[in-house]
Amino acid sequence: MRTVADLKIGEKGVIVSFSDELLSLKLLEMGCLPGTQVTMTHIAPFGDPIAVKVSGYVLSMRKDEASTIVVA
Amino acid sequence: MKKSPKIALIGNPNAGKSSLFNSLTGLRQKTGNFPGVTMDKLIGKWNLETGTEAEILDLPGIYSIYPKSVDEQVVINILANPQHPDYPDMAIVVADASNLKRNLLLFSQVRDLGIPTVLALNMIDVAENSGIVINSFKLAKELNVEVAEVNAKKGIGLNGLRLAVNKTLEQRFNSNDSLPVEYSPELIDEIKEKYGDTDDYHALLWLSEHDNLKQFNTEQRVGFDKLQEKYGWNSKKFQAQETVSRYAVLNEIVDGCLHQIPVEDEPVKTWTDRLDKVFLHQFWGYFVFLGILFVMFQAVFTWAAYPQDLIDNGVAWLNQYLKDTLPESQLVNLLTDGLIAGIGGVVVFVPQIVFLFLFISLLEETGYMSRVMFIMDKLMRRFGLNGKSVVPLISGVACAVPAIMSTRSIGSWKDRLITIMVTPLMSCSARLPIYTVLIALVVPEKSTLFGIFSLQGVALFGLYLLGFGMAILSAWILKVVLKAKERSYFIMELPSYKGPRFKHIMISLLNSTKAFVFEAGKIIVAISIVLWVMASYGPGNAMQEAEQKVKTENPTLTGADLENKIAAQKLESSYAGHFGKVLEPAIKPLGYDWKIGIALLTSFAAREVFVGTMSTIYSLGGEVDDENTTVMNRMRAEINPETGKPMYDAALGFSLMIFYAFAMQCMSTLATTYRETKSWRYPAIQLVYMTTLAYLSAFIVYQLLK
Repeated sequence: MRTVADLKIGEKGVIVSFSDELLSLKLLEMGCLPGTQVTMTHIAPFGDPIAVKVSGYVLSMRKDEASTIVVA
Repeated sequence: MKKSPKIALIGNPNAGKSSLFNSLTGLRQKTGNFPGVTMDKLIGKWNLETGTEAEILDLPGIYSIYPKSVDEQVVINILANPQHPDYPDMAIVVADASNLKRNLLLFSQVRDLGIPTVLALNMIDVAENSGIVINSFKLAKELNVEVAEVNAKKGIGLNGLRLAVNKTLEQRFNSNDSLPVEYSPELIDEIKEKYGDTDDYHALLWLSEHDNLKQFNTEQRVGFDKLQEKYGWNSKKFQAQETVSRYAVLNEIVDGCLHQIPVEDEPVKTWTDRLDKVFLHQFWGYFVFLGILFVMFQAVFTWAAYPQDLIDNGVAWLNQYLKDTLPESQLVNLLTDGLIAGIGGVVVFVPQIVFLFLFISLLEETGYMSRVMFIMDKLMRRFGLNGKSVVPLISGVACAVPAIMSTRSIGSWKDRLITIMVTPLMSCSARLPIYTVLIALVVPEKSTLFGIFSLQGVALFGLYLLGFGMAILSAWILKVVLKAKERSYFIMELPSYKGPRFKHIMISLLNSTKAFVFEAGKIIVAISIVLWVMASYGPGNAMQEAEQKVKTENPTLTGADLENKIAAQKLESSYAGHFGKVLEPAIKPLGYDWKIGIALLTSFAAREVFVGTMSTIYSLGGEVDDENTTVMNRMRAEINPETGKPMYDAALGFSLMIFYAFAMQCMSTLATTYRETKSWRYPAIQLVYMTTLAYLSAFIVYQLLK
């Protein structure tokens, strides 16, 4: 299962589902909807956290949070 | 229409809410407190039309009405409770047009709560730059509310907003009775029957968030729990479903009102992209961050020195002038040595505080602060902190009180608690005056490091680094002690860089400086007066005896020399002198004498009193010729009676600096910790661990340098 955490810089994915129910509400509110395209834009020094472009803005999250977003 | 309607400004963080607030109200704003919480409440006045003045309430930024952190709870506690004193007559939801869908989610929730709502579309220029054109007439029709296009930063479109607000206030607002989510009507009926009549959505909000709502008591909360059980209600599931279905509705509306001009697949690199290449770089990112901090401290030390010298000399001159012209009396002495010396001790730090607040608000305003959180998160996590702890830690450089309050944005209780516990170790602006005086005393002014950096600036930077290092170390220890397994998260927006809004910065600078001068000033002036009384009077007729003693011991002395001897002897015999003497054995190993003992005592409740106390003590006990009119000169002239060398040498200077760097000498901070943790345990721990740390470190430093 491919997640946002697996994306490389510049790589795109489309959100399919969330594997963590508690976290999904926050992600939904921040505009991460199933069917939305995400683009990996930054990976912080030491590889964590990461930042993605989604719904027209840049959202940062930790790697383990990114790994709850399944993409295709 | 009501005489002065209450209007709440609601919106996502970074949607331009504060800009709009400043554009609407200008300087006609005041800060207050939300009842029961310590968060600053900003209220301003806005003229709607002749005779009607609206009260604008600026609420903290939120993404939805379901709170994820303590600061977001403030908003929902107002909006969920029509009996709340701050419950608005209507709301202006500020939306970022370049990110319309996400911003409309919050809008639709607020509207469904039954609060008359106007949508203010902001940042249309940003949207247009990325090829988005919005038909706001159609949007108004689809959403069934008034929509106003504004440019909050430039203050354009305010008349249109005024019209929209007037219209909404005059009409009866029809709330939406077709909620985009399923629920059982019996459940709603039962809630309304038990907890009062309200809109359906309001009832559902009560049901799912009752644990976070202050309006309900324990019994009512248990009632809600029972209802949840009876109907098999899952709040999180409901909220997630609601969010998805709201987006489904909004998608359709937005797609019909928004025209996207296709942009090329690889869009032009924006300034934000270019800057982030550097600021988020694994080497340059940290380099820039450290560089900014370093420049900040150099600036605070060197630029602020000019106005400070002016103030310092001005106060000394005024004191001397009053003493020369007014007839000699105790009252005049109280005015000059007590009051003016004390007030001068506060005012002299205003330039440094202004510079510090200026830098911090610049970093926040431009969007750079969230980059710092981003590159620091992994490092901070290792020490039990969170990327978001960086803001409290940096703000702690100005003042621990707002810094501790800013921890509310940290979602995890454990991360938040650790941040609260260690933030007071950051060197706040009240320590700055102490450092300034002591560094100037023991670090040579002309020396430089590598020929460019003043050694005094380097010493100051070192003290701030030391405070930071100790904060990190303490956090790590706390992380090991508190083993709570709680999930913390770090989902946040990295806003695009913005030029600082000059007006906004000036207003916040004015507010925070005013707060410092009056809050700290009150305490300092009060303590200065008490101290003057304690230093001018002694038990029984100790003062007369002291004078007599000097006169008989030095029969040949006359004039100024005699006066000084008498003054010094009097101070030693006064109440303050006695206190200092009692303390002396305990602080001797740190290199301190009874005079410093007095200062430690008076600065126990507020450390900024130290310099004021020193001015009072040394203006009472020292010679008064033209060259020795400032505190610093008087302290420099002080001779250690045991060694015959200057009292303030490197050992004593650094021992004092370290003591003040670590000691918990601030009642306001302890009170804030109590309010934020709702327990006396944490402020007590803070007081004990920091004071112990200060004592031991000062002891080690003094013994090593002696």
